Amino acid sequence: MATLRLNWDKVALARDAARQISEETNAYIQQFTTTTVERSVCRLLGIDGVDSLGVPLPNVVVEHLLSRQVLGFGAAFWLGQAAISLNKEPQELAEAVAKGELDLTKTEPVDPFEIQLWAEKKAAETVSVIHRNRLIREEKLREFGDHAGPLLYVIVATGNIYEDIVQAKAAARQGADVIAVIRTTGQSLLDYVPYGATTEGFGGTMATQENFRLMRAALDDIGAELGRYIRLCNYCSGLCMPEIAVMGALERLDVMLNDALYGILFRDINMQRTLIDQSFSRLVNAAAGIIINTGEDNYLTTSDAYEEAHTVLASQFINEQFALHAGLPEEQMGLGHAFEMNPELKNAFLYEYAQAQMARQIFPNAPLKYMPPTKYKTGNVFRAYIQDALFNMVTVISDQRIHLLGMLTEAIHTPFMSDRALAIDNARYIATSMADFGNDIEFRHGGIMEERANEVLDLALDLLQTIRKDGLFRTLEEGQFAGIKRPFEGGKGLSGVISKEDLYFNPFINPLMEESKAGSARYHLNKKLIEQGENYE
Amino acid sequence: MSSGLYSVRRQDIDSSLDLTHLKPYGDTMNDGKVQLSFSLPVPDSDVAIEAAKQLALKMGLVEPMVTHHAPLDSSFSFFVVYGNLSHTIDYTQIHVDSAVATSMTLDETDLFIQQNFGRKIRVIGASTGTDAHTVGIDAIINMKGYAGHYGLERYKMIETLNLGSQVTNEDFIRKAVEFNADVLLVSQTVTQKNVHVQNLTELVELLEAERLRKRFLLIIGGPRINHELAKELGCDAGFGPGKYADDVASYFCQELAARKQRN
Repeated sequence: MATLRLNWDKVALARDAARQISEETNAYIQQFTTTTVERSVCRLLGIDGVDSLGVPLPNVVVEHLLSRQVLGFGAAFWLGQAAISLNKEPQELAEAVAKGELDLTKTEPVDPFEIQLWAEKKAAETVSVIHRNRLIREEKLREFGDHAGPLLYVIVATGNIYEDIVQAKAAARQGADVIAVIRTTGQSLLDYVPYGATTEGFGGTMATQENFRLMRAALDDIGAELGRYIRLCNYCSGLCMPEIAVMGALERLDVMLNDALYGILFRDINMQRTLIDQSFSRLVNAAAGIIINTGEDNYLTTSDAYEEAHTVLASQFINEQFALHAGLPEEQMGLGHAFEMNPELKNAFLYEYAQAQMARQIFPNAPLKYMPPTKYKTGNVFRAYIQDALFNMVTVISDQRIHLLGMLTEAIHTPFMSDRALAIDNARYIATSMADFGNDIEFRHGGIMEERANEVLDLALDLLQTIRKDGLFRTLEEGQFAGIKRPFEGGKGLSGVISKEDLYFNPFINPLMEESKAGSARYHLNKKLIEQGENYE
Repeated sequence: MSSGLYSVRRQDIDSSLDLTHLKPYGDTMNDGKVQLSFSLPVPDSDVAIEAAKQLALKMGLVEPMVTHHAPLDSSFSFFVVYGNLSHTIDYTQIHVDSAVATSMTLDETDLFIQQNFGRKIRVIGASTGTDAHTVGIDAIINMKGYAGHYGLERYKMIETLNLGSQVTNEDFIRKAVEFNADVLLVSQTVTQKNVHVQNLTELVELLEAERLRKRFLLIIGGPRINHELAKELGCDAGFGPGKYADDVASYFCQELAARKQRN
C-alpha cells in the first residue's frame, strides 16, 4: 500500500504521552468498583431473570448490598459466603433475596480463602462458556473463510427485534458482513438492562440478552445458508457498559461499541463511573474475542472535522492505551474515525484520505472503524449517494476494516431495506473497481496529503502532552474534546461509584485475562499460517 | 414501443405555464414527469413489476415505466419508476403559514435588539425527551453554527444556554425559569413513531399547567418540523431543514418586539 512519510519520532512521543495519561487515570480508578461492575459479576456468576416487579435480579442483589453498605467487598464475596454456608447456587440466592427471604450479610461467616476457591471455580465455569463461544466463531470463520479488506457494516433499527431479524437477513443476503442492532434512544441512561425479547423502541431496539440470542441465531442461520460468517454488533456503552459486555460475551457478539469518552461527552455520564466501567468491560470483550469500536467519529459531528482532526488522533492514542491496559489486544481495537468534512471545503477528499491513511499506518494492526458522512447530509439523496461514494473510495484505498455504510436517506429516516441495498451496491462497486488502487499509487513527497497528515500528528502530540500535564479528568473538565465541558463530580451515575475495601475481589479478572492472552496467541498463530499460505487444517 | 432513446409519439400537451394547473416539469412544460422508488414485500418477478406499475397508475401516473427492479431478499423487491403525473395544483390558491420575518444579518439583529430592547435576549435550548441528538440544537446555538451561518452564541446581544440532549421537559422548564429566558428552543431529531409529537405536546401541556406558556416564545426545530406543525402543537414557530440561526434570530427578535408593542 502507498504510505505517507510520517514523523515516526512524534508518533512514538504521542504514544508515550498517551500511555502515561492512561497509567495515571488507571491508578486513580483502580481504587473503585461500581454498581454495574458488581452486577456484571452477578451475571457472570449465573444470576439472570427479574423479580415480581420486573427488576433484574443482578440489580436486586447489588441494591441489597449497597443498602447495607457492604458493596465495597464485591458481590462475589457475599454471594460466595452465602453459597458455601447455605449450599446454594447464586441464582437461588438472588431469588431468595428478591423475595425478602435472605439477607446476604447475615449468613454464617466463611473463611475468605474458602470464598476465593469457590469463586475461582465458578469463574472458570463461566469463562469456559465464553471460551466455547470464541471457538465457535473461530471454527465458523475457518469453515467459511473470512475476506480481507473492509467488512460491510449496516444497521437495523426498527425497534422490534423480530422486524430487525427480517431486515438483518435481507441485508446479509445483499452482502452485509456486520449487522449492528441500534439501541433504542435513551437506553444508555438506564441503570439496568431490560429483560427478554422486546418489540417497542424508538430509533432502535433494546439491548437485552434475549434480543442478542435471537439475532445471533438468525444470523447463524442465514450465514449457514450463504456460506459466510455474519458478525453481530451492539453497544456496550452507557450506565450498564460492563453488563452488556457480559451479555455479548455469553451470546457471541462479534463487535461492540465501547468508549467511555463517548459516554462522558455525549451522554453526560460521570467520567469516573464510566472509566471504571470501561476497564472491566474491555477485559470482558478482550476475553470474548470481541472487536471494540471507539467513538472518536462523534467528535466530528459537533466540532469541525478539518479543524479538530487532531482530537480524533489524540483520542485514538488514548483509547489504544486504555485498551492495552485492560488486556485488549491490538487486533480487537476498532479505533474510530469518520469522513465528516464539509463537502464545500476545497480538497476535502485529500484531507480525508490523508487522515484515514495516517490512522491506518499509525495503528497498523487495529481493525479501524470508519464512519460515513452524516453531518453534511441534508435530505438530498442524490448528493448523499455521491458523498458515500467518495467515502467508500477512501475506505477501500486506505484499507479500513469496519466499513460503516452511509445511507442516502441519512437525516430522513432510519434505513429502509432498499436504502441498505443501494449502500451495499455502492460499496461493492467501488471495492471492485478500485481494488488495487491503493497499491498502485504513491504519495507525492511533501504533497498536500503528506503535509496534512504530519500537521494533524503535530497537533495531536501537542494536545496529548498538554493532557499528560493536566491529567485526563481536567482536560475533560476544560472541554478539549468536541468542545464539551464535563465536571469531575457531574453527570449521571456518580452515586454508583464505590470505594473498594481491602478484602475486595473480582474473581473474573485473572481468568478473563488468561482467556484473552490465549485467544490472541491463537489469532497470531492462525494469521502466520495464513500468511505462509497454509490452510487452517 | 419506444426504445427509450427518443419519443416516437407526439403528445398534445399545452406547453404554456398555467399556475392554476401546476404540474411537474421534466423537459417540456406540463409533461408531468416524476421519479419515485419503493420496495414491495413480494419476490422480484414479472407479477411484482406489474404490481409496481399498477400502484403508479393509482397514484395518478400516466404511462408509468419501471426503469429498474431488483430483488432485495427472497421476498422483497425494489423498483424505480418514472411516469407522467396527471394531477395538477392551483398554485394561486396555496396558503402557507410560515414564521415570516424580515431576514436580518448578525449585525442587523444585534442592532435591532439594542434599539428595541436595550438588553440581551435570553435564549435557552435543548434536545428534549429521550432524543440523544444534539446536532440540531448545536447548529443553531453553538458559536460555529452550521453551513456558514454563525450560531446564536456569536451574537453580541443574545445570551444563550444550550442544555444539550436528553433533557426532560420538567428540567427544561425549570432551567428556563432559572435562566429567565425570553425564548425556548427545542430540537427534535429522532422522530420515529412520532415520538416528537408526543414529547412536544407534553411540553406545551406542562407549560400551560404551570401558567408559563405565555411567558416564553416557544420555538421548535428539526428535520420533520415545520411551522404548521408547530402551530398545531401550540408552539409559536417551527423551523425545518434549510433554516439556520439567522432565520431563527430574525424571527424571535422581531416577534418579541411586536409583542412588546402590543402590550
